[in-house]
Amino acid sequence: MTAPVQQFKRQAEVLTHDLRHREIIQTALGKYAVVRDKNRGAFQDYQSARQAAAETKWEAINHLDKHLEQLVSKLEARGTKVHWASTGDQAREIIQKILREKKARSIIKSKAMTSEEIHLNHALEEEGFEVVESDLGEFIVQLKKETPYHIVFPAMHLTRGEIRDLFNKELAANATDNPEELTMVARRVMRQKYITADIGFTGANFAIAETGMISITENEGNARLTAALPKTMITLVGIEKVLPRLEDLALFLPMLATSGTGQPLTCYNTMYSGPRQPGEPDGPEEWHVVLLDNRRSELLADPEQRDALHCIRCGACLNVCPIFRNVGGHTYGTTYSGPIGSVITPHLRGLDEWKHLSYSSSLCGACTETCPVKIDLAHHLLQNRRNSVQKKSSPAWKLGFELMNFVFKRPGFYEFVAPLGRAAQKLHPMIAGKAFDPAFPWTKTRSAPKIAKQTFKEWWRERG
Amino acid sequence: MSEREKILGRIRDALVVKAPFPGNHGHDSRGGSSVVPPSSRAGEWLPRVDDSPDGQLAAFATNCVDLKADFFLLNSADEVKAQLQKLAAADGWKKIATHSGVLTDSIVPSLNLTTLRADAGYDVHEMESCDAGITECDALIAQTGSVLVTNRSCGGRALSVLPPHHVVLARRDQLLRDLPAAFQLLKRKYAGNYPSMISFVTGPSRTGDIERILVLGAHGPKRLTIFVF
Repeated sequence: MTAPVQQFKRQAEVLTHDLRHREIIQTALGKYAVVRDKNRGAFQDYQSARQAAAETKWEAINHLDKHLEQLVSKLEARGTKVHWASTGDQAREIIQKILREKKARSIIKSKAMTSEEIHLNHALEEEGFEVVESDLGEFIVQLKKETPYHIVFPAMHLTRGEIRDLFNKELAANATDNPEELTMVARRVMRQKYITADIGFTGANFAIAETGMISITENEGNARLTAALPKTMITLVGIEKVLPRLEDLALFLPMLATSGTGQPLTCYNTMYSGPRQPGEPDGPEEWHVVLLDNRRSELLADPEQRDALHCIRCGACLNVCPIFRNVGGHTYGTTYSGPIGSVITPHLRGLDEWKHLSYSSSLCGACTETCPVKIDLAHHLLQNRRNSVQKKSSPAWKLGFELMNFVFKRPGFYEFVAPLGRAAQKLHPMIAGKAFDPAFPWTKTRSAPKIAKQTFKEWWRERG
Repeated sequence: MSEREKILGRIRDALVVKAPFPGNHGHDSRGGSSVVPPSSRAGEWLPRVDDSPDGQLAAFATNCVDLKADFFLLNSADEVKAQLQKLAAADGWKKIATHSGVLTDSIVPSLNLTTLRADAGYDVHEMESCDAGITECDALIAQTGSVLVTNRSCGGRALSVLPPHHVVLARRDQLLRDLPAAFQLLKRKYAGNYPSMISFVTGPSRTGDIERILVLGAHGPKRLTIFVF
């Protein structure tokens, strides 16, 4: 077993039994589901909007070369410096080089999952830079030295009491567990950081090819401040973030909000098209946009699963997934968790090590159903399973299927062995639930289903 | 070969094989041929908005209630001045920040308060210590209760987020029906020379990061007040 599998199994085992964890997650996601349904219901025709969103992303991704070239030429025309990074290493080097050239010391960040993907904070901190996450949830998990639990709700696994203890310990805040008071503690700390930071770092939700804009969606105003106060701004963008036209946002901003947090629209949706321009009173003097491939082009080369690049990172599939809701976000051990993470991680980080994620699914299809851009997630999980077996399957797996193949091809033999199964099951209780039981993964927590008294054929003959 | 060429090369190689069109479980590979962009009909699918100007004002007002923004519909600049003075007195404003504009120039001086002009260049500490940032806007959007601001028309990037209270002055004819109308306006007004920041502000700054409990004023303004006349 590879390390990620062991990690997944161990942590899943712990968390599925953790009633407190379950309660926190169910409560948080219960609240989300209520507003999401209300605001999806407010659409005149949500399913048509969803189809149009899927078609728009299809167009964006299937002409990605054209859209990226258009985006970059528009960005550069307004004085933005664009960098291309094939790998996470390259992206980190580009960013470190900018920081060194600017003689920067402190960096204020607004939420960016791409930066988690390339482990940017760790690399920058090792080099002695001060990195501060400004999104409240990200700030909390950064203080706790954890990774985000969820791509949209990074600290959803923590109670206000835990956050109070954390703030009192790390920030000497002397706060109660009142969420407003705790938020104000973070606000005060961050205001000072904003004013002294040398670099503002952001991610991107959409990149508009037509007008050369980066669109950032948020609720707190931290990205707005990040893009307003520091002298240098750096934005890390996955190449799949493109949308063809500016007006596509009229559809995508509300789609992202309703699926992401359940809101009709998030508080700030901001489009940036350059550094500070002549005649503008503030904003960064320099803006660097780093375009990140990091094996996205490999996923693009798989036409069957190319639509996984349509993902707008709303997290809706995580929120409805029975596996995510039981095992929690950290168990995945990946930057992107839940169904979308299980689909793309094998492409981004290797099938052999990450195929187990595609098996940690009940294939119930709730993810496919909820995806605002209609990514067929449940089928992609199945395809990953198929691909992993085609690539490499264990001898036991092969033997099992060959045996099944042999029996099912021979009706006479099947009729002969079927009663043997019933007889054998009588002996099963002797080993059921014990480690050497071949059905142990099932029987350790459940009773085995009983084989029917008759086969269908026997029953059919009997009824005459 | 530059990284740019390498990445674009990989993309072009990958796109040689077509991907199935969405929503058909891989049985159909048409698409991409339509001349009409799929999002151009968004107005028909997004939440319904009344056709009449009064209905749209009512929708905007309802959205402000949901968003916890304060909305005042008034009849003249003098009424706005009076309301604004009331607000300034009630909250004990000492210093405010604003920018030059037709509405701000005619209304803000009546407050007789120390005023920071953001568009003349400013000190961040000083703006941070202002009690309110008073701005104009490019449009109001009935469908979502949003205020559309740009750094060119609203005193820069920080004025509408740094002070703890954002006050918006707008005319009735700035109210637009929906998001598609807002993007049409942006294209009409700025195409070819967009302000470097365009932002839809929908309610005061908020977070739900602690147990999904709503808290206003996470990083941006705790309060958003919109005066329309």
